[in-house]
Amino acid sequence: MTQAGTSTWAPERQPHSPASDTEEPAPHAGAPVLNNPVLNNAVPVRHPGRWISAVVILGLVALMLQSMVTNPNFRWEIVGTYILDVKVVQGMGWTLLLTVASMAIAVVLAILLAVMRQSDNPIFRWSSWLWVWFFRGTPVYTQLVFWGLLAVLYPKISAGVPFGPELFDLSTSSIITPIAAAILGLALNESAYLAEIFRAGLKSVDKGQTEAAEALGMSDAKIMWRIILPQAMRIIVPPTGNETIGMLKTTSLVLAVPFTLDLTFATNALANRTYQPIPLLIVAAIWYLVITSLLMVGQHYLEAYYGKGVDSGQAAVAVNPAAARAAAAVAAPQQSPGTDLPKEEAK
Amino acid sequence: MTMIAEKPLVRIEGLHKYYGQHHVLRGIDLTVKQGEVSVVIGPSGSGKSTMLRCINLLETISAGRISVDGQLIGYREVNGRLHDLKKKEIAAQRREIGMVFQRFNLFPHKTALQNVMEAPTQVKRKGEDFARTQALELLDRVGLAQRANHYPAQLSGGQQQRVAIARALAMEPGLMLFDEPTSALDPELVGDVLNVMKDLAKSGMTMIVVTHEIGFAREVGDTLTFMDGGVVVESGDPREIIANPQHDRTKEFLSRVL
Ligand SMILES: Nc1ncnc2c1ncn2[C@@H]1O[C@H](COP(=O)(O)OP(=O)(O)OP(=O)(O)O)[C@@H](O)[C@H]1O
Ligand SMILES: [Mg+2]
Repeated sequence: MTQAGTSTWAPERQPHSPASDTEEPAPHAGAPVLNNPVLNNAVPVRHPGRWISAVVILGLVALMLQSMVTNPNFRWEIVGTYILDVKVVQGMGWTLLLTVASMAIAVVLAILLAVMRQSDNPIFRWSSWLWVWFFRGTPVYTQLVFWGLLAVLYPKISAGVPFGPELFDLSTSSIITPIAAAILGLALNESAYLAEIFRAGLKSVDKGQTEAAEALGMSDAKIMWRIILPQAMRIIVPPTGNETIGMLKTTSLVLAVPFTLDLTFATNALANRTYQPIPLLIVAAIWYLVITSLLMVGQHYLEAYYGKGVDSGQAAVAVNPAAARAAAAVAAPQQSPGTDLPKEEAK
Repeated sequence: MTMIAEKPLVRIEGLHKYYGQHHVLRGIDLTVKQGEVSVVIGPSGSGKSTMLRCINLLETISAGRISVDGQLIGYREVNGRLHDLKKKEIAAQRREIGMVFQRFNLFPHKTALQNVMEAPTQVKRKGEDFARTQALELLDRVGLAQRANHYPAQLSGGQQQRVAIARALAMEPGLMLFDEPTSALDPELVGDVLNVMKDLAKSGMTMIVVTHEIGFAREVGDTLTFMDGGVVVESGDPREIIANPQHDRTKEFLSRVL
């Protein structure tokens, strides 16, 4: 908003150098042309409160940092020893894999669930609703234990006609390995939450978009994929980024499967072996922060991508009709002398 | 001005529309000949938008028939019984009908050029290069060639509406529907849009235009239809009706908008 605000005000548009001044056409013919306006240079409002609060916060941070550095109980040298330990780095890799794989599956499922939820087909609507109800309504820990125990519940997975002949059968434990159970458990649970986020995103897109696309003769699938979803993503990405970062830390629950290679398990194991819980917790925390930061960078680019045409500074100006008109009046004669008018008028 | 064939392109017969219990259209009859500009006016809530939306099946038809170019819209008739068309068949019928909305409804995540290219490439499966050339020609025709790479949010309302017209024309429809195309515009932007529509009318396009622009109706319209309360109150030569309305309701409406 501040960008929009500044760009509509004259001082930005009126360059200081006389060379470019001559290029700048007067917004309205007949209005007095001021080639060398005296810039206002107003004294900005003072904000003493900001300075006081900044000093207080910086002081507190300094105190905290000092205690962390000087307190020997933190054992920073142990943090240094283990931060790049093979087990720890591998654990980080597994945690990242669990996060990315389960989120990827969850996103695909969520799109499907959200589309089914608004389908004309009542069976689709209800199964989508039921899925969300179940996977959101039971603890993820329970679900992970369940997937780990699937081989006990169903020793064999077979496919065939119900009550008829079997086509093939396989032992469950050969398919649902601990890593598969962990990813599946996390993904199915997450899909229920994401489905609601996607549903909200799809609903946020104006109905006129669907109608315009329908009027062009586009198919439902194309309308969803090319018109609605890309616009919904603007709404979907921020909470999904939130969920991804949440998932990063939920992966520590895969212990329930049991899957024992992730970051939390690895650092816990080291802590138990060395009797040094605090430095190893710090090691884990540092890695989680590193991954979170990387994910936030990714989210930033996703948001920029899906916000194009809508979130740019220029677009913000255009939302305000008066500002848009002013901008158009200034820009039009520069960029397209005369051609901006329909042919009729140009003649 | 242009040649109007005797052949009717659009034929609406006994059209009714209910929204639940709400009886919005109460037996509309309207014929639009090939090349004709049919202007529809009427007070708010009289059902003008609903009628237009029935023509390209954005609303289902409760009773009556609409045919475009001899083809029944929305149904197939087998042994005197109507059968709903499949979505694919409905989409195929819509491709022949262009629609321009009051609120433009441009795709905000696509540039003006991409908006115009979308349907030719995705629906008609035209090649990228062909579609681009065609889109640039159309944008030029509506006076916006210089704005091809702008996003809708970077365009004024009038410019957006002209892009929307170009987007509809890109499907090369035989019929164009306009639902109050200038009502959402600032007064000084209305003229550009009306000029584009005037050009389009001159080129022989068949158009149904819902509008409050009486000047446009008088100058460009071949017929004027006044609707009120879901029925056609009167219909005929625009200049005659505007100068000499026959019904009290028409008189009253015209006295308010003129
Ligand atoms: N989706 C809907 N559900 C229920 N009622 C509707 C719906 N759409 C329109 N209506 C009603 O149908 C009537 C006719 O609406 P319509 O939009 O066709 O009027 P209009 O002549 O286009 O008016 P305006 O000039 O304000 O655009 C109105 O009373 C309106 O409230
Ligand atoms: Mg309307």
